[in-house]
Amino acid sequence: MPTTYANPRYSFRPPPELATGEGRARVVIVGAGVVGLTTALDLARHGIASILLDDDDTVSFGSRAICWSKRTLEIYDRLGLGQKLLDKGVTWKVGKVFFKDRLAYEFDLLPEPGHRMPAFVNLQQYYLEEWLVAACEASGLVDLRWKNRLQEVSPRADGVGLEVATPAGHYRLEAEWLLACDGARSTVRERLGLPFEGQVFRDRFLIADVVIEGFAMPAERRFWFDPPFHPGQSVLLHKQPDSMWRIDFQLGAEADPEAEKEPERVRARIRAMLGAEVPFALEWVSVYTFRCRRLERFRHGRIFFVGDSAHQVSPFGARGGNGGVQDADNLVWKLAAVLDGRAPESLLDSYDAERIPAADENILHSTRATDFITPRSEAARAYRDAVLLLAKDHPFARAMVNAGRLSTPHVYRESPLSTADGEAWSGGPAPGAPAIDAPLPEGEFLLGRLGGEPVLLVFGASAPTVAGVRILRLPAEGIAAERWDARPGTTYLVRPDQHVAARFRTPDPAAIARALERMWGRTSETARRAA
Amino acid sequence: MAELDRSPRLPDPDAVFVRLVRAHRDLSAEESRRLDAALVLLLANQLGDAALLDRAIEAARAAVLASPEAP
Repeated sequence: MPTTYANPRYSFRPPPELATGEGRARVVIVGAGVVGLTTALDLARHGIASILLDDDDTVSFGSRAICWSKRTLEIYDRLGLGQKLLDKGVTWKVGKVFFKDRLAYEFDLLPEPGHRMPAFVNLQQYYLEEWLVAACEASGLVDLRWKNRLQEVSPRADGVGLEVATPAGHYRLEAEWLLACDGARSTVRERLGLPFEGQVFRDRFLIADVVIEGFAMPAERRFWFDPPFHPGQSVLLHKQPDSMWRIDFQLGAEADPEAEKEPERVRARIRAMLGAEVPFALEWVSVYTFRCRRLERFRHGRIFFVGDSAHQVSPFGARGGNGGVQDADNLVWKLAAVLDGRAPESLLDSYDAERIPAADENILHSTRATDFITPRSEAARAYRDAVLLLAKDHPFARAMVNAGRLSTPHVYRESPLSTADGEAWSGGPAPGAPAIDAPLPEGEFLLGRLGGEPVLLVFGASAPTVAGVRILRLPAEGIAAERWDARPGTTYLVRPDQHVAARFRTPDPAAIARALERMWGRTSETARRAA
Repeated sequence: MAELDRSPRLPDPDAVFVRLVRAHRDLSAEESRRLDAALVLLLANQLGDAALLDRAIEAARAAVLASPEAP
């Protein structure tokens, strides 16, 4: 059916272990989806080699995750793919919510100029995966093994034993570290027998990729509650590249998934929405339900769960793919530091300390949105409809309209790696918050100057001397200084994942050195708190 | 903790009762339910106090669940 994209087929290359029966690796990643590929590429950018196993030989079928958030785009910019995403993707920042045939609420996700990345870029998951594969191959540090299916997992104190099946036979791998990026139906999680429980939502949804040439619809997110063309249910519309549109139809709990996938039935729904005169072609259709759940812990000794293998959310809010990429961003610099001997192994416990609250935030928002979108009682529906009716004239009700709270980066407020503020601040990113972008002279952006290593961002004053951290000086006036609440002497310690570790009004080298030690997990206090 | 004022605060309670009932005239059951929801949302926002709203929700549930018809 697809006409705009042909899935590449990656060839199976018999791994060397087939000859010997077994081999060793420092890092093995399972699952070459967006999260696994991002993890492998980020490790490579830190100079760490990995073996990446995938049981298939291609990228995703259908567009799947399509909304890449500002923070995710900033991560991909650090990894060298930001411009490609901007060039190919559809940039948007405005969302509109309709109730029946009337606009109920409109939002602008990035009203402020002067950021390298927009609020969102829509891009089919297969493009991103294809580029990630190419970047991994080009790095020379990722051993990408297609058609390599993980069979067995044996956790050990100092590593993980793996059994892998290929079309040319089986082999064993002894990995020092295993990163399970193998999605919602994770083999690793299943082999370890870890419970993965949470809320099940009964409503079924139909998802369709539709090519509509010359469709006169702006690049914005549109959501309808109870529209005339699909009464009693909701509909979500997103624009993608290649004149492709993503439409999600809520079907209710009683829908028959097989019957709903029938192309004629899908076409009828789309015709009702677009009008009979608009020609379109159906590219991909799927019917899905979803759950909101997570593992109790994401680190299990030498095994880490990253992305959907660790947590699942509803699609409303674009928190699945973005949350997974941000897991990888959080884990990789820590693992690289431990592998390089720059940080103690206990630093890795902060992955749980930071990403479990992030997952809970994503689950909370996506659960609330789903409850609003799919009311489960007459009372819930009455309140939902009342909010939508009030929204037109009452700003307080607009704030309650929940058609998905769109992904924003988690602030690691309770992080053991952060040093609490000791001085007065009236703005700027607090410890645990992601760095805030700002334009610099000559078309540069602040985030582009941070890179993937710790940086001491010093405003105005002459820089202090602290070993083990690169210094970036910026003027104490201008947009960057305003966004970072900076005065002359204001100093921020920024982590390799571009979150703030500590900040000071006056740069005291001893205090900065202590904050840096804490950031690397090298204080006894950090070890105690992480334990 | 915020406390709900259970004493009479309205000068003409009979008139308020009648107004609330009249607000539902000519409405279908569904519209009526929505009207109550809209009214609660408007009043909750006017109250501007989530803790006090919690007290009101508890008091309302307690009254309804204590009624003889409650399952």
